[in-house]
Amino acid sequence: MSDAAAHAMHPPTSTGLDNRKVAIWAFIGSECLFFASLISTYLVYKGKSLVGPLPHEASQCMLHGQMQRCEGVFEVPLVTAGTAVLLFSSFFVVLALYGAQKGNRKMLLGWLSATVACGLFFVGMQVYEFTHFYHKGMGYGTNLFSSTFFTLTGFHGSHVTLGVIWLSTILFLAARGKLPPEKALNLELAALYWHFVDVVWIVIFPVVYLMR
Amino acid sequence: MDAHVTVHSEEHSHPTPGLYFRVALILFFLTAAEVAAFELARRPGSLQSVVGPVVVPILLVLSAVKFALVAMFYMHLKQDSKLFATLFVFPLMIAAVIIIALIILFAYWRMPH
Repeated sequence: MSDAAAHAMHPPTSTGLDNRKVAIWAFIGSECLFFASLISTYLVYKGKSLVGPLPHEASQCMLHGQMQRCEGVFEVPLVTAGTAVLLFSSFFVVLALYGAQKGNRKMLLGWLSATVACGLFFVGMQVYEFTHFYHKGMGYGTNLFSSTFFTLTGFHGSHVTLGVIWLSTILFLAARGKLPPEKALNLELAALYWHFVDVVWIVIFPVVYLMR
Repeated sequence: MDAHVTVHSEEHSHPTPGLYFRVALILFFLTAAEVAAFELARRPGSLQSVVGPVVVPILLVLSAVKFALVAMFYMHLKQDSKLFATLFVFPLMIAAVIIIALIILFAYWRMPH
């Protein structure tokens, strides 16, 4: 590769790396600390709720103005399906990036559409889950479990929603032919954010849903 | 300039779709193993007494392996510049220390009544 070609692909920076990529990694690093604080809060208050509903166990909870016995709220099969879909979306977005870098438009559009669809499925799953919990008498301030659970998974869900919007924007641009191989970094940055959202869920899923 | 070009050529030697697919399959089976461990620890049976006491370490290890696979292969930390790995791993270590420290603090420290 000639010097001119190398510089055309990579602007000369003091690190020899694209500043946008350094910035997204620094942002992802800061997000690690943000989610660590939310996961810590969930864990330190785990098992300290005085009234139900609780994640797995039956308990006494206030429903329709009176104390009643209620079952555990978690529906692990549904969340497992959401987890699998989110994991596959990470696979789909790397294939879309591969297509973008190779100039394969069909591959780019197909896999990026699949990624967006997976993201929408996950957000829909979470909206259904939250609504279901609400109808079971679990509001945001019902107990320590509900407050920490909704804060942690709600912030994660909002990150997924932002990722879906970001990827949809790139899909729109790609469909209009505005994502040539030399601009594949635009998708790579969104993909890095998307993978981060995925790895956060990789931690949240066992810690929140599977550990009793 | 040679070093500059080398850095960038390393940065772009990303895995192939075949490797991405193998990683996806491993992630899928590890997730299935997590749910299986959870179910075995929950349902009464001969395996409950075996899996039950170790289900938390099993889940933590499986989760850590999945995390590492996504970070190394899908986020390309294995191939990309070490600076990116540093920007990710250093805050990650601080995050792990924060979680462990807070759990210990809240487990042993009680509010005076």
